[in-house]
Amino acid sequence: MSKTKKILVDPLHINNPITLQVLGICSALAVTTKLEIAFVMSAALTFVLVLSNVIISLLRNAIPPSIRIITQLAIIASLVIIADQVLAAFAYQASKQLSVFVGLIITNCIVMGRAEAFAMANPPGPAAIDGLGNSLGYSLILIVVAFFRELFGSGNLFGIEIMQTVNNGGWYNPNGIMVLSPGAFFIIGFIIWVQRWISPEIQEETN
Amino acid sequence: MVEYVNLFLKAAFVENMALAFFLGMCSFLAVSKKVETAVGLGLAVMFVLVITTPINQLIYDFLLKDGALAWAGYPDADLSFLGLIAYISVIAAMVQIVEMAIDKFSPSLYASLGVFLPLIAVNCAILGSSLFMVQREYTFTESIPFALGSGFGFFIAMVALAAIRERLKYSQVPGPLRGLGITFITTGLMALGFQIFGGIQL
Repeated sequence: MSKTKKILVDPLHINNPITLQVLGICSALAVTTKLEIAFVMSAALTFVLVLSNVIISLLRNAIPPSIRIITQLAIIASLVIIADQVLAAFAYQASKQLSVFVGLIITNCIVMGRAEAFAMANPPGPAAIDGLGNSLGYSLILIVVAFFRELFGSGNLFGIEIMQTVNNGGWYNPNGIMVLSPGAFFIIGFIIWVQRWISPEIQEETN
Repeated sequence: MVEYVNLFLKAAFVENMALAFFLGMCSFLAVSKKVETAVGLGLAVMFVLVITTPINQLIYDFLLKDGALAWAGYPDADLSFLGLIAYISVIAAMVQIVEMAIDKFSPSLYASLGVFLPLIAVNCAILGSSLFMVQREYTFTESIPFALGSGFGFFIAMVALAAIRERLKYSQVPGPLRGLGITFITTGLMALGFQIFGGIQL
């Protein structure tokens, strides 16, 4: 596999930021009650991660090591403010539902983690691809989780009714736990289970 | 007085930062392998939360809010879009100051917390608490019990998870679930347990 393809594809499965690197879980769980919201969040994160990786990579030789954390935070915070303002202007409903979680992209460990681990040591081109790969890996998990939570929690997908619920005179009895926080933990647990069952080499030795 | 106690209980149990809002999950999962380290980080998070949330409240009220700069002669200024960058700077600076203060006054505490202090700057629970405070329009006095409650809730949840994980070491977990997988499912069960606090009020 060529190096570029590896940088792009690895984060989708065997080096997934959420299920393997354990980064960015905070927001991944919170915004997944509806597919639409998960898509908006994924787009916001992709924007911030790709640009922050490129900018930090461009500045990597100019940033003094002793103050690099605060420099990175300033760059990331500026990008997040842009994303936040754009969402508030053009997708007000979604921005309301995401509430504080767009702002929390600043402390989303994926962005800081990739800046530290990749962008500080690589030129802008690969850094952009690494950012894209990791945001795709993040989005993939977000969308899978949101798919199950919205489908089983409220019988809808993208707000369109798929399984008619009992309240609306149908047959499906919505599973309330899917909408609440435990549902998100369970689904991610199951995703990890399936993923490591497919690729045994990423299993952990101990509990 | 009762409303402050209520605010504390709500923030600690009903709206637990980690289990209901998933904030601070990264360190929550990474540092909960041993009870001892979980206690250390939990205390540090609580400490920083209690300091930064009220400070950010003052910054929001007197500098950033729409019309807040009236005292300086700019009644039309609305700087609330600068909120994110202001809060994160306060948090980063506070963490730095707290680190230096602990190092000076209690080297033994510093030695046990040392590694975790810098991590706190990027703990979502801290920034999240400031953002919730702004969103729910808490006053300065309300922000203190709220921060205390959030910190306490985070502390309790993390120590409990660490205790469960210490016992889990002796169980036979299926290969693919080992480590992270079973931790997620355990956390889910804990979150389910915390649901019983829903609706409790004094």
